[in-house]
Amino acid sequence: MRLELRGITKKFGSLTANDHIDLVVEPGQIHCLLGENGAGKSTLMNVLFGLLQADEGEILIDGQPVRLANSGDAVRRGIGMVHQHFMLVPVFSVAENVVLGFEPTRSLDRLDYARAREDIRSVSREFGLEVDPDATVESLPIGLQQRVEIIKALGHDAQLLILDEPTAVLTPQEADALMAIMRSLAASGKSILFISHKLKEVRQVSDVITVIRAGRVIGSVPPTSSESELAAMMVGREVSLVVEKAAATPREPVLEVRDLVVRDDRGLAVVDGVSLEVRAGEIVALAGVQGNGQTELVEAITGLRHVESGTVLLGGRDITNRSPREILDAGLGHIPEDRQRDGVVLSMSVADNMVLNTPRRAPFARRGTRNLAAVRDNAETLVESFDVRTSSVDAPLSSLSGGNQQKVIVARELSRPLEALVASQPTRGLDVGSIEYVHREIVRVRDEGHAVLIVSSELDEVMALGDRVAVMFQGRVTGVVDPSTSREDVGLLMAGSAPAGSR
Amino acid sequence: MPGLRGLWDRYRSASPVTIALLALVLGLVVGAVIIVATTPAILNAWRGAFHSWGAPGHALKVTFDNVGAAYRSIFTGSIVDPPQFWHSVTTGKGWTASLTPLSETLTYAIPLVIASIAVGITFQTGLFNIGANGQAILGGVAGVAVATLVHLPMALHLPLTLLAGIAGGVVGGAIPGLLKAYTGAHEVIVTLMFNYVASYFMLFCLLSTPLQLPDQTNAISRTMPGGTQLAPLFGTASGLRVNYGIVVALAVTLFAIWLLDRSSIGFEFRVTGANPHAARASGINARRTLVTSFLISGGLAGLAGVTWVAGTTHYIDQNFLQGSAGIGFTAITVSLLGRNRPIGIVWGSLLFAALEVGGSNMQANTGIPYDLATVIQSAIVIFVATPVLVKEIFRLRALRAESVKVATAGWGS
Repeated sequence: MRLELRGITKKFGSLTANDHIDLVVEPGQIHCLLGENGAGKSTLMNVLFGLLQADEGEILIDGQPVRLANSGDAVRRGIGMVHQHFMLVPVFSVAENVVLGFEPTRSLDRLDYARAREDIRSVSREFGLEVDPDATVESLPIGLQQRVEIIKALGHDAQLLILDEPTAVLTPQEADALMAIMRSLAASGKSILFISHKLKEVRQVSDVITVIRAGRVIGSVPPTSSESELAAMMVGREVSLVVEKAAATPREPVLEVRDLVVRDDRGLAVVDGVSLEVRAGEIVALAGVQGNGQTELVEAITGLRHVESGTVLLGGRDITNRSPREILDAGLGHIPEDRQRDGVVLSMSVADNMVLNTPRRAPFARRGTRNLAAVRDNAETLVESFDVRTSSVDAPLSSLSGGNQQKVIVARELSRPLEALVASQPTRGLDVGSIEYVHREIVRVRDEGHAVLIVSSELDEVMALGDRVAVMFQGRVTGVVDPSTSREDVGLLMAGSAPAGSR
Repeated sequence: MPGLRGLWDRYRSASPVTIALLALVLGLVVGAVIIVATTPAILNAWRGAFHSWGAPGHALKVTFDNVGAAYRSIFTGSIVDPPQFWHSVTTGKGWTASLTPLSETLTYAIPLVIASIAVGITFQTGLFNIGANGQAILGGVAGVAVATLVHLPMALHLPLTLLAGIAGGVVGGAIPGLLKAYTGAHEVIVTLMFNYVASYFMLFCLLSTPLQLPDQTNAISRTMPGGTQLAPLFGTASGLRVNYGIVVALAVTLFAIWLLDRSSIGFEFRVTGANPHAARASGINARRTLVTSFLISGGLAGLAGVTWVAGTTHYIDQNFLQGSAGIGFTAITVSLLGRNRPIGIVWGSLLFAALEVGGSNMQANTGIPYDLATVIQSAIVIFVATPVLVKEIFRLRALRAESVKVATAGWGS
């Protein structure tokens, strides 16, 4: 099947998730869509699979414009999708899952399991997708569950298969097996649209790589492009950022991470022996493509994730595996990566959000009773000094724009006594004005003598803000370099290979 | 006319109060439809409606007469009967009859307010306490035990009886709270099933312990001595059942307003309920929050139970809060109706109590079954729970911004 997308645009309120995306997938081609989390890949796939309707643009299948009002339309047109999070019924058998929604029946509406099994066996043989049709899905390892999803898509006679971050949940061995399957599918004439942010596997398996960033196509390149080129395309920003700041005058170390090992929810060591030191009066920027352990490292530092081994020191005090409350009280400011999930309560007022992690502290409460006047006064002052645009401090936080929500978090964290500040993706999704503002505040915190750790996947942000730049790859810090280092060399570190001259 | 304009805008902007009032209207409409469909007189009138001139008018009149009579007797049975009231005002006689409807409504509302606030507190914490009924039963049993088996001067005995009720409920709240906090057991299952444990524990107490009325084989308790009862507000001679439990309910309402709006722990409850992720990142101890919420909720549910016994029956038997009629279950719907806010819950409790009391009066006067009141209650809750439907029916302004947000949350990458 030849698939063509022309000028696909999808907006959510003020956010443009897809901005005039053009894309062509040729028959038998493995086409990779490369981009960071939040770049708009999943939105595009949902448009293509009929789960979302594009505001503008058209979808052509074999040259014919089609309208996909729902996923059923997409399946009928020969499009199959394997979601990142599997859509399987865990307690059903493989055969039952595959036929679900399109059950073959004999007379009297009895399910025809024999036929379902036979169909699965023939698909298995054709593409090398070995799986037992009678096994219950929940008893299968993740890699095999994914095969069931693929068989299910193929069972509906899909000619184009969309794989949404298929390797995110797989072990390296399972990922290799998946890539072999993808090649055999392509060899039989099926088209594959493969979504990923992992540079290595993308280069291994794709015929064409299209990079998208902030909802736009940055360009299509052959898989022979280097990993550092791809990394730069993914995380670069068109407008170069300039942050005005004086040279840092670092003093004693405040935040020290030593030999930290942290496991993710699957039990993999995603932070694998990281050591890092942030001194008072300096900004250390942690660069890297998303998904290389930065999130888990920050969660471990802030007490939100269990530390397997190693230590975290704040101002010389051991805060390893202490509760978030103790770590907050020890003076660690935290601007979380997913601000709406971890940073704010959208249904509560601006004033309440300003004291979200200090509700019991004087003067906001006395012997268990809140002092609402003090809470409001505090919010009025912070709204004024941090230039938060809101109708009132009593307005629910959900009524504020993303940039102003972030300002509320920044104001809250910077207004309490701090030793160090950890900021994850502090400017993600913000407009240029807010970005500039947040950057200025971070530099101000540094100049007041605090230690600052910034985690960002925006290369330009990292280079502009950091006094030192640490690069993370596959759970390890692959290098700590000066921000004057060339983007190419940092790109190489982000791709896991050490350039000359790093330490 | 800025005043009218303002009112109109407020109506159109679909505030929670507007929705609740419109839900009441729709609930009454649903009730009217059921009356029409189940009253033989109305059906017969309509069956003949198209056989002669004037018959449709007659059928309409029969319909309005019947529905009107039903709703009139709900009103006069639960709030006030105007002619009777006027009679009392002009002659100074019959005050008991004039005030009984209101007194009965308040009597029923007292435990309902307390139990609904108990449930509302867990809802605000993002937890479901479906076991308020069992906790109320334990509270009632503990209260009756202390009242009948301990001898103390009244100044101590009544407070101790109420405290025993709270303690009984706290035990009932601690079990699901601790099980959820330390083993992850789902509180809905635990609290729901715990209602049975509490029921049978009560039966055991009434049949096999000193709590049982001496020389009895039935499941019935001793009667609480006068000093442990919540006395009628206007004296026993008044004949009005409304009692000092109203003071308890008022105190609980004030406590809940303080707890949810003004206290630090209540703030932590609400943060946890609205966004558990942010609560954790803000250093709120999830385990402690959920256990505390369940302890307070259980304690209040227990207080509701003991307040009902001490204020009305003064003993418990096997019918005490049994089955789906138990206030602990009604409390769940009242709490939803009041949006889990203390003041909203007070209004919701008054409405439900009025329908309950007025429903009996309707059955007595018109023969329409009392269950119609339950149907109206249920319909109101369904409409309150689906504000979109109410907005659609009354063409209120849709909240666009919100629907956009839902879409982004669902599919944002």
